[in-house]
Amino acid sequence: MSLNGVDRKPGDARNELFSFISTGNALPVLHEVAQKLADLIETGQTAIIDLGAFPFAAGDERILDEVLGTGEVQATLNAMGQSHIQETGIPGVWRVDHFDQTGETQSRFLEITTMPEILKTQAQDAALGLETLLARLAERRGPTRNPEGD
Amino acid sequence: MAPKPMLPELMQAHGISRRGFLKYCASLTSLMALPPLMAPRVAHALETAARPSVIWLSFQECTGCTESLTRSHSPTIEDLIFNAVSLDYHHTLQAASGHAAEAAREQAMKDHWGKYLLVVDGSIPVGNPGFSCIAGISNLDMLKETAAGAAAIVSVGTCAAFGGIPHADPNPTGAVAVSEIITDKPIINVPGCPPIPVVMSGVLAHFLTFGIPALDELGRPKAFYGETIHDRCYRRPFYDKGLFAEGFDDEGAREGWCLYKLGCKGPTTKSVCATVKWNNGTSFPIEAGHPCLGCTEPDFWDNGGFYKPLSVPAGDYRKYGLAAIGAGAVAGVAGAALARAGKARAAAAHENVDAHDLEK
Repeated sequence: MSLNGVDRKPGDARNELFSFISTGNALPVLHEVAQKLADLIETGQTAIIDLGAFPFAAGDERILDEVLGTGEVQATLNAMGQSHIQETGIPGVWRVDHFDQTGETQSRFLEITTMPEILKTQAQDAALGLETLLARLAERRGPTRNPEGD
Repeated sequence: MAPKPMLPELMQAHGISRRGFLKYCASLTSLMALPPLMAPRVAHALETAARPSVIWLSFQECTGCTESLTRSHSPTIEDLIFNAVSLDYHHTLQAASGHAAEAAREQAMKDHWGKYLLVVDGSIPVGNPGFSCIAGISNLDMLKETAAGAAAIVSVGTCAAFGGIPHADPNPTGAVAVSEIITDKPIINVPGCPPIPVVMSGVLAHFLTFGIPALDELGRPKAFYGETIHDRCYRRPFYDKGLFAEGFDDEGAREGWCLYKLGCKGPTTKSVCATVKWNNGTSFPIEAGHPCLGCTEPDFWDNGGFYKPLSVPAGDYRKYGLAAIGAGAVAGVAGAALARAGKARAAAAHENVDAHDLEK
């Protein structure tokens, strides 16, 4: 039941407790997002807010999710662990979360942009892709006539 | 010797895409507490910076720091960055030994005089040069000689940064930190017993990209040693609520409550253990149920006992108590007098002393 007057519930009580702890930083961040989004519309200037650069608790994340919501695009990047990239319900505001190979969070950002840089194909990767494609085509290059003849 | 490949070639050889590298740079930039828009500059610098010559000296140490930095579970970009520097001397890792190894160090110093990065792990004994030598050269002489031509010094681990365990009372070898010997070079202290690998690569990346990082009053990079473990500990809410484990097997311990009463030094220890974690981000000591030992702080070994709460005074009376035991074996009455003297000093300093406090 309780120890020192605190009820212990079945399940993951710890995470539930944490999800209500807020540092008070969520709303100032959301106002900053609004300003950056206005800048993006007017001047095309992109911005990134590092959510790991200041105290930001699970309760702040909850507020962020509630206000921004979920948008139309969700992508998963598989490179050195997963990254989740999704447009929020406010077009132009993206959420980018990087995880390592064990699923632990590496970094998390809010990007105010029309397309996060990490989603674009990189020139070096495209060059390697071209090499790979040409090699695969070379492997398939064989006799043009039916070997059994006709 | 053929030139070592640069980072892009190494990434390609390990099957890491450009996106993977950009992702790493984004996280590294965040870790270095730099503005996120600097990530492309970090990436560019890591790809194009001339590989600095690195000379790594190991003195009075246990090789734990080198193990921490090199024994990753899988090839990571941290490894690649270490491959991208020119590690010209590291007597634990290099194949050469004896005179050949020393010749490599001397050649690297000559070729890169004033430009190479000197990394030191281990403390330096000043009591008797014979306590620790490499190829017949005392640690003290080797440090002075090698530091003279270094652009900067990175003291890796608590031994090099603060003297560490060899410096612990009664310090039989007269061990001191690098900064107590070298005073005319920039020194970056990266303490920890051992330090977290990504902290080391973060410091190295910062040095490669933007030079010496901002340091705190103890010479530690603020990005990694700016906050206490307690500030970011996931058990902090239990501390705030006054919920503490009282033993390692009680209900509080099973519930994951705060370990303050079991001696946790998190409130006075600055490190990123609670956020970056260990073993590829798996866990850190407090998450494993053990109090923080405070290993990134000076004199952590003598800080009053690992399992005593911070609120228990950690004065010199323990030292006097030990002296009393030693002296008592020789001349009992004198020992008792010493103990009384120690107790009197402690009483004068308003410290509570009992038999448990004299156990050291």
